[in-house]
Amino acid sequence: MKFVSEYRDKIPAQKLSQMIFNTVTRPWTLMEVCGGQTHAILRFGIDELLPKSLRLVHGPGCPVCVTPTAWIDKALEIASSNNVIFCSFGDMLRVPGSKADLFSVKARGGDVRIVYSPLDALKLARANPTREVVFFAVGFETTAPATAQAAFQAKAESLRNFSLLVCHVLVPPAMEALLGASDNQVQGFLAAGHVCTVMGYDEYEPIARRFQVPIVVTGFEPIDILEGVYLCVKQLEEGRSEVENQYSRSVRRGGNPSARSLLTKVFGVIPRPWRGLGEIPRSGLGLSHEYRDFDAEFRFGKVQPDAEEESTCISGLVLRGIKKPTECPAFGALCRPEHPLGATMVSSEGACAAYYRYRSLSGAPSGSVIHE
Amino acid sequence: MSKPTVFNVSCPLPSKKGSFVQLAHGGGGKLMHELIESVFLPAFENPFLLQRHDSTSVEVPKGRLAVTTDSYVVNPLFFPGGDIGTLAVNGTVNDLAMSGARPLFLTAAFIIEEGFPIEDLSKIVLSMQKMAQAADIAIIAGDTKVVDRGKGDGVFINTTGIGVIEHDQTISPTAVKSGDSILLCGDIGRHGISIMTKRSGIEFDTTIVSDCASVHLPVQKLLKEGIPLHCLRDLTRGGLATALNEIAFMAGLRFEVEELAIPVREEVRAACEILGFDPLYVANEGAFVAILQATEARRALRLLQEWFPGRETAIIGRVSEATGSIVTLTNSLGTKRVLDMLTGEQLPRIC
Repeated sequence: MKFVSEYRDKIPAQKLSQMIFNTVTRPWTLMEVCGGQTHAILRFGIDELLPKSLRLVHGPGCPVCVTPTAWIDKALEIASSNNVIFCSFGDMLRVPGSKADLFSVKARGGDVRIVYSPLDALKLARANPTREVVFFAVGFETTAPATAQAAFQAKAESLRNFSLLVCHVLVPPAMEALLGASDNQVQGFLAAGHVCTVMGYDEYEPIARRFQVPIVVTGFEPIDILEGVYLCVKQLEEGRSEVENQYSRSVRRGGNPSARSLLTKVFGVIPRPWRGLGEIPRSGLGLSHEYRDFDAEFRFGKVQPDAEEESTCISGLVLRGIKKPTECPAFGALCRPEHPLGATMVSSEGACAAYYRYRSLSGAPSGSVIHE
Repeated sequence: MSKPTVFNVSCPLPSKKGSFVQLAHGGGGKLMHELIESVFLPAFENPFLLQRHDSTSVEVPKGRLAVTTDSYVVNPLFFPGGDIGTLAVNGTVNDLAMSGARPLFLTAAFIIEEGFPIEDLSKIVLSMQKMAQAADIAIIAGDTKVVDRGKGDGVFINTTGIGVIEHDQTISPTAVKSGDSILLCGDIGRHGISIMTKRSGIEFDTTIVSDCASVHLPVQKLLKEGIPLHCLRDLTRGGLATALNEIAFMAGLRFEVEELAIPVREEVRAACEILGFDPLYVANEGAFVAILQATEARRALRLLQEWFPGRETAIIGRVSEATGSIVTLTNSLGTKRVLDMLTGEQLPRIC
């Protein structure tokens, strides 16, 4: 398939692998920010093509993983209400709140529907004027523009039965929070290509300067990731800390101006709690006052963030790149996709789920269970 | 043995435009008889059904019989390349084929929701008749129930298939041997994607058509050619990856598969990329894997390619000695990993 197959080809992959081997002279720890990249690394066994001294840790870029339980609980509460059609991305349905998940609300009679875009939820609202249609708007800068577009259109059409439960989060503040932590181990970043397609990468430049860390905007195919790793270690070895754009076939420095302007129109930047990371200032998007009527929290009551969440799970450490999924004693034994202890095992983009699903033969972690 | 004659009726679809199934259509009275006379009999008519008795009597050929049953619930009921009727016949015929049986008879039971358009029911019944005819199988018994509006999803169909096993091979996961070849007949992922792109809430325009078809002919032909088939499995829900895992687990052996050898159409690959699906786990309704003696694999491949030129067939891997009954996948980069079974169904990803 054009634009995919050539980025999964063995020959350029081996060439890049060799270039990385030739460049690396000492141990480095890199973090890929996005769950989609984590998924590709494990699915294609990219880590097997890298020197052992190069450690890839997996960042917080999985929307399902970082959505706090309190928002899931609010979603469950709204979805259980009479006369509500609750719409969500498919990935969110399996994520447990403190007591249940959206699948079980559906099983008990809640009208929960999987949609591919908030604009599909908007269509449902038009088609069902007597029902309240609520869309669970999660995700990073990648999904936020579609949410903004839905809010914008709903307002333009004066739709009274459509609202959004918003838990959008922003990548750069999370990277700053990770880098600012005393136990940070990350020395270089592969920034999320799709986030940068929307937002551009100018906002990463002050981060690279302030923390002296190279940031390479990277795509999602194996060749993209290998090239991103190469550019990142090359900077590290040469003592540079710049923002580079590997994913130039999709990303411009200024991003997508229409999407950015729509985001500014509809959202304001607010503090947001992240599952596993805690509250990060200026790290979330909330509907601005002008769009208050479309805010599900305004219609159905505010989300009440919990003080603490589950304790046995080390997903917070995994999301911060301090630990690898396989370093968790519960991984593969007590914690598996069918009995997840934390969100990183639930989501298909979660690091723990990716490690479990795509475990390699040589590196199968000790805790993993292969067919009981 | 005597073969059941399938009657071809020239006009099986009396116009029922605008009418709907009512509770009384399942109540055993005149309306029910009218539904049978006007919808089911004209399509399925054969000497067995004409016995019009509580049970149908049939001549049983010598040898072992294969029996299978399956219930069909699908949303949407009509999808590109088929409908619930085509699935209900082909799915059950394929289950018979997987034991190497020649399909003989089918029963069909319908649970219909009150208010279901009779026109749609007729379409489904006609699809069943067409598929039965293509598979040379007679629908010899049936049942109709109607449930209150809101208590069904349009129509549910159960079919039971009976076939005769005319070979003396043992076709089962336990017959799989180390060194066997894994042959895949049919490109994968079309059915699941065709359904997914038509589900409400997910708008996604493609031209992908379900692969729904019966596969007993290729199997019968391979058996007639004396190809030693150790195990057969049609790839339905859970797709190729799930089927291979099930067989490897039962056989207690390791299956080694090459990703690049697996036929997936470009449009399916593209749809999967966009939806965040892995085609290896997407449902099929007309593809199967055969685990067979390696020395005969090339001949089987050549024969299938000769007989069914439109069907993509490939040797996708081999069976090796067991170390943990797992399936491994070598991908396009040449790295190898475990190809696991999924926890639940694949869900469209967020971004």
